[in-house]
Amino acid sequence: MAEKYLDFEKPIIEIEQKINELRTVSKKPDIDFSAEIKKLHKKANRLKNATFKNLTGWQQTLLARHPERPYTLDYVQHMTTDFVELEGDRRFGMGHSIVGGFARFEGETVMIIGHQKGRDLTERMNRNFGSSNPEGYRKAMRLIKLAEKFNKPVITLLDTPGAYPGMGAEERGQSEAIAANLFDLISVKVPIVVTLIGEGGSGGALALGVGDRIMMLEYSVYSVISPEGCAAILWDDCTMIEKAAETLRLTSKDILELGVIDEIVKEPIGGAHRDPVLAASILRRAIRRHLNELRKIDPKEMVAQRKKKFRNMGVFEEY
Amino acid sequence: MSWFIRKREPKDALTVKKLKIPEGVWVKCEKCREIIYKTELENNMNVCPKCEHHHYLPAAERIQSVVDPGSFVEFDANLTPVDILNFKDSRKYTERLKTSAKKTGLKDAIISGRAYVGGMRTQIAALEFKFMGGSMGSVVGEKIVRSAERAIEEKTPLIIFACSGGARMQEGIISLMQMAKTSAAIAEMSEAGLLFISVLTNPTMGGVTASFAMLGDVIIAERDALIGFAGPRVIEQTIKKKLPEGFQRAEFMREKGMVDIVSHRKDIRPTIIRIVSLLSTP
Repeated sequence: MAEKYLDFEKPIIEIEQKINELRTVSKKPDIDFSAEIKKLHKKANRLKNATFKNLTGWQQTLLARHPERPYTLDYVQHMTTDFVELEGDRRFGMGHSIVGGFARFEGETVMIIGHQKGRDLTERMNRNFGSSNPEGYRKAMRLIKLAEKFNKPVITLLDTPGAYPGMGAEERGQSEAIAANLFDLISVKVPIVVTLIGEGGSGGALALGVGDRIMMLEYSVYSVISPEGCAAILWDDCTMIEKAAETLRLTSKDILELGVIDEIVKEPIGGAHRDPVLAASILRRAIRRHLNELRKIDPKEMVAQRKKKFRNMGVFEEY
Repeated sequence: MSWFIRKREPKDALTVKKLKIPEGVWVKCEKCREIIYKTELENNMNVCPKCEHHHYLPAAERIQSVVDPGSFVEFDANLTPVDILNFKDSRKYTERLKTSAKKTGLKDAIISGRAYVGGMRTQIAALEFKFMGGSMGSVVGEKIVRSAERAIEEKTPLIIFACSGGARMQEGIISLMQMAKTSAAIAEMSEAGLLFISVLTNPTMGGVTASFAMLGDVIIAERDALIGFAGPRVIEQTIKKKLPEGFQRAEFMREKGMVDIVSHRKDIRPTIIRIVSLLSTP
């Protein structure tokens, strides 16, 4: 089983444990540790600020994959009500690694879809660790077309190591499934707000990642290939993972600078897993703001803007 | 001096020298290992005359092998890649670009332009595998989009020969976005009611397969081509099993319903002519 906290989180967690111990002791009469507790709180906050201000690309990758990090269904629970999950691609299978359905979001009905990793080992296996087979992508597109039919906006949450590299996936057209989504999403006539909530793994993430607004949670990552894959291919050396994570420029700050996303959504200090309810509430407000803006745009104009957004992605010289 | 020591040089030394094969006249087939006369191979579109194995064909020759002679006009040849990430692995991206440019005479892994095929005007593009594995970065993405836009403007079909290892890692997230960008351009063509023929050649993998390459109205796979999303090595590492013979090959993809036609290299031109002609007449 994976550690519940990361190496660089350890000193912070130790202080917090100390605070808890002191609190328990303080419950007894005649003992007052409140001054010490206050001091330790300050220390913990200082340490958190210092640690999380200067995270390396690899540390952010680890945070994005944190076993305690909120997943799609956590955000669904904290941001929406009346969620009705809809399953299946109507062709082959259920698509366990992606979940989606209608729900009420800030008083309006939306389609909310995202990759789903598992919390415990059984669920992880069932969800295939968030690595989808073609069925997941086809299901997602089916649901988005359903949203379009009923004129409901779409919220997608991205969190996957990547599309699953298995035999069955190839046999059932992994490439076609992803390509078909990219082809269809560009002209969907309802607003699509995309947020990377954890790991944005290559084509498997992008298959839900074409929309009118693209946001990243502060400690999420987005990359064309995993640092592990990149180190293995380009350095031919698996120990170069940290270097690869740095070189790929996959943090939210990097991706914003590169002009691929519109906004970074702040996370509670120490990461979304330290306060999932607060994280969801910050994200909810950001999504609501974008949906309100998009509602005011004529659908035709909105689609034209979406096309332009992706048309302009790319950096080259011409002379 | 012992009686068995040779007194003279072997007589045939001179003959050996005479028989020395001049560089590059003969080549060995990758598959059947037969020695083939190089000109014969070239005249046969790099297909082995003995075993029909399809060898690598450079992008420029690929285009010449389908278009009407002398009709190809190249566009956007001056598009040049930029090292936005300042990327350096075991080598600098800029160095890799220079090496590839020297090797291929191209600025990036694609040639695109307008040509006539069977007398019909088309837009045509081919990816060059020898340029960083035919990987798709900003330049490849942009040239594909411009080809699609020209197709819409001139109301012509678009033909793309894919040959690529996937997205170009050295351009990071920007290369991933080329998947969305090129797929969107194909969607535009589709809306305009125009024909896109995608030809998958050996190999077509990763982000290229998972975007424009699988979006052809008609998809032709060249015989024996390796076509897929994940590479065979990655799959084998994931499932911890050896893949069966022929997995992800063109015939396999046809069997799985992923491509329309598996074609011998020499049949690609007549097939394209027939399709374009059928769809451009009442």
